[in-house]
Amino acid sequence: MRPAKIPTEELMTSGHLACQGCGATQAMRFALKALGPKTALVIPACCWSVIDGPFPHSSLKVPIFHTAFEAAASTASGLKAGLEMRGDTETVVMAWAGDGGTFDIGIQALSGAAERNEDMIYCCYDNEAYMNTGIQRSSATPAGAWTTTTPIKHYKKRPKKKIIDIMAAHSIPYIATASVAYPLDLIEKFKKAREIKGTRFIHVFAPCPTGWKLAPELSVSMARQAVTSKIFPLMEVTDNGRRWSVWKDFEPTPLQDYIKAQGRFRHLTDEEIEGIGRETERNWQELLMKERISLELPGLESE
Amino acid sequence: MPVKISDKIRMMTGNEACAEGAIAAGCLFFGGYPITPSSEIAEYLSRRFPIIGGKFIQMEDEIGAMGSVIGAALTGMKAMTATSGPGFSLKQENIGYASMAEVPCVIIDVQRGGPSTGMPTLPAQMDVQQARWGTHGDRGVIALTASSAQETFEQTIHAFNLAERYMTPVVLLIDEITGHTTEKVTLPDYDSIERVDRKRPTEPPETYLPYKYTDDCIPTLAPFGTGYRYNVTGLCHNETGFPTNDPKEIERLILRLTEKIVKNRHEIINCKRTMLDDAEIAIFAYGSVARSARQAVLQLREEGIKAGLLEPTVLWPFPSEIVLKIAEQVDSFLVAEMNLGQMAREVELASKCKASIHRLNRVDGSPISPPQIVGKIKEVV
Repeated sequence: MRPAKIPTEELMTSGHLACQGCGATQAMRFALKALGPKTALVIPACCWSVIDGPFPHSSLKVPIFHTAFEAAASTASGLKAGLEMRGDTETVVMAWAGDGGTFDIGIQALSGAAERNEDMIYCCYDNEAYMNTGIQRSSATPAGAWTTTTPIKHYKKRPKKKIIDIMAAHSIPYIATASVAYPLDLIEKFKKAREIKGTRFIHVFAPCPTGWKLAPELSVSMARQAVTSKIFPLMEVTDNGRRWSVWKDFEPTPLQDYIKAQGRFRHLTDEEIEGIGRETERNWQELLMKERISLELPGLESE
Repeated sequence: MPVKISDKIRMMTGNEACAEGAIAAGCLFFGGYPITPSSEIAEYLSRRFPIIGGKFIQMEDEIGAMGSVIGAALTGMKAMTATSGPGFSLKQENIGYASMAEVPCVIIDVQRGGPSTGMPTLPAQMDVQQARWGTHGDRGVIALTASSAQETFEQTIHAFNLAERYMTPVVLLIDEITGHTTEKVTLPDYDSIERVDRKRPTEPPETYLPYKYTDDCIPTLAPFGTGYRYNVTGLCHNETGFPTNDPKEIERLILRLTEKIVKNRHEIINCKRTMLDDAEIAIFAYGSVARSARQAVLQLREEGIKAGLLEPTVLWPFPSEIVLKIAEQVDSFLVAEMNLGQMAREVELASKCKASIHRLNRVDGSPISPPQIVGKIKEVV
């Protein structure tokens, strides 16, 4: 039985070029269902520059503007301005970038666009490494992970960059995290973002079985466990970065299960996994504290 | 190269051979950013450097990668980065900075098709003029090339030696074919490898001038942290390294940046010659195309056509004098390259109308094959 809330129209078709179990393709399918056909995509170098497919095939029914690696947010800024000048206020411009194109090489353009409050949705589909070039670490790669540039002997020690905090510091109208394991929630967030003017940032957790050394059929289950083990909380930051709300209505699962299912963490000792667990719990508590503080401080728009 | 007992024989890709060549040259710093088809160089060094006391840093972008290389090189370390077309474009400002501040470093460009994102997984030789003119301003440039994994290993070492000797960034241009082809590489005993280290100051810090004008035009930059305090800048500067607006000082600097390469070009330029002595038609080819050209020459000779091959292993400075000499001997040149004639222009200029110049260009992401070269030569002859 299909939940009534998910639009039946498919703007992403079969025949794409992604790996089996690719989270990024699921993310795109759901996001486009929410945004509808009046959407223009700006995609920098990332897995999605390939997934869409070569001429004459395209797995997407919306126009795509493939841009340079560092330029998603700046190209999208210009595209939106041009459309507005031509009198098109209806089309949603969505920059759709991977974690490398968002957290690393694209962050300058993203920060600039957010500071100007450009009218766009910026979605980062996060598979936690440069998967398209062969699994090199990014600043979204979590601590403990193996990649081809953080070999097992000296695996990544530094934690994942807190991109939501960075975006909240830009005081933009809407920020959310979403997961391919929770499509209803994901669609609702993209729908909400569609109705808001200004820069909307959505961070979608998108497992990569190829890069995470994971069985493809576990992709969605991993995405779910990332949420329930609190390593990737679902949340929203509204009121120009002031109101934090965290989704807590889930049955917690052990972080161990999430870590141990993935080959990229295989080298970690139980002690090291415990360390990651402590850090995860601390981040979770910090998040809840932000939520409480954001409610206590005066000046929320909803008041 | 004759194989000695102490040599190690390995099967390696050109990219791996490049990384191993960097280690052999004494390089201990790599600042990079993932980009196809060069990423394997970074991956290899991310495994090796931490073990041998070097540093591998994956930077946040291409610009940052080049910046980190300049920083590391200023401390006296041998430093490198590796990239491909789009990354090479992004690095250009910093490459110009390294030329201006005379910071020795090595940039590997594993060429793919362009412009822009182009053909990430397919070979091209479209960056050869960018290596010469990519950054703004006039400066001398050294750019090398290689056609096999073995040559890539040797040319990487050579690139570091040239960088240290002439205090300049050196670019090594290989292409996707060379970078990704696995083949036999003979690794010599690393202790037997000739390594050049940059000049060190002999005078005390009080009288030290980093950019002092000398006959060889090459400055003596003391590694940071050795007690010599001086200024490094991308602005036009005088002998002290401090910015200047004096037209004489500015002119002297800009001329010197070019002269230090031009004056020493006979030391830098290198060409491989195949059956050129009695050749009536000369093929000019470099990188992976040169391998097809070698094969083509053999086949043409079998058929009685007097073909020869001029294969520059140094593209910049361009071997103008050598090309002219051959142009005076042969009837025509065939310049075969995976671009729309970027080096053919140079051959035309250098040959001063002494021979007719023909072009064989391929820009569809496919290699130039020996039969293609043979066919073109028969057409020309």
